[in-house]
Amino acid sequence: MMSVLDLISCMFLVAGSFFSIVGGIGIVRLPEFYSRMHSAGVTDTLGAGFIIIGLILQAGFNLVAFKLLVIMFFLMITSPSSCHALARSAMNRHLMPVLDKKPDLGDPT
Amino acid sequence: MISMLALTSLAILVTMTLALIRATLGPTIFDRVLALNMIGTKTVLLISVVCFLTQRNDFLDLALLYSLMNFIGMVALLRFSTYQSFSDEGVE
Repeated sequence: MMSVLDLISCMFLVAGSFFSIVGGIGIVRLPEFYSRMHSAGVTDTLGAGFIIIGLILQAGFNLVAFKLLVIMFFLMITSPSSCHALARSAMNRHLMPVLDKKPDLGDPT
Repeated sequence: MISMLALTSLAILVTMTLALIRATLGPTIFDRVLALNMIGTKTVLLISVVCFLTQRNDFLDLALLYSLMNFIGMVALLRFSTYQSFSDEGVE
């Protein structure tokens, strides 16, 4: 039987891969660009964080864990920034989001 | 533990395939850039997991370098698409 640390690390790895696959399904199936950006940006960062934490728990307390921590720090900062820059660039080129129509309320009188 | 790492790398490969489908299909160019960003992040994760599978600690330097290059490439692409130049003279 695996030790407790191995079990917790396995749980983090499974959660991270689940979030990554959900993000991948979302980017294929959602109807328009800004909703795809939701799925790509959020689940990218979350899945990456979980997988790297699972790997850190495997690695012990040495240089490998420190390098993984630096990689996670970089991914946490650069992934949302590049998604924000992409959304701003799309707005500047007049790609508008597709909104729901407001329901037509009758005259209250 | 090896099988759990192999399952994780398989899940990351499935996600990269799905993002590649969107990069092929996507009607606008922004869809393709979004898919490219996702493929870059998943490449970093795949290299880290393979480092643990093969017990070679040198792969982590590659992962760190590739995450930096992914970010710089994205920012350069978006700057070019907005201002039509890479240098500072075209930018107000």
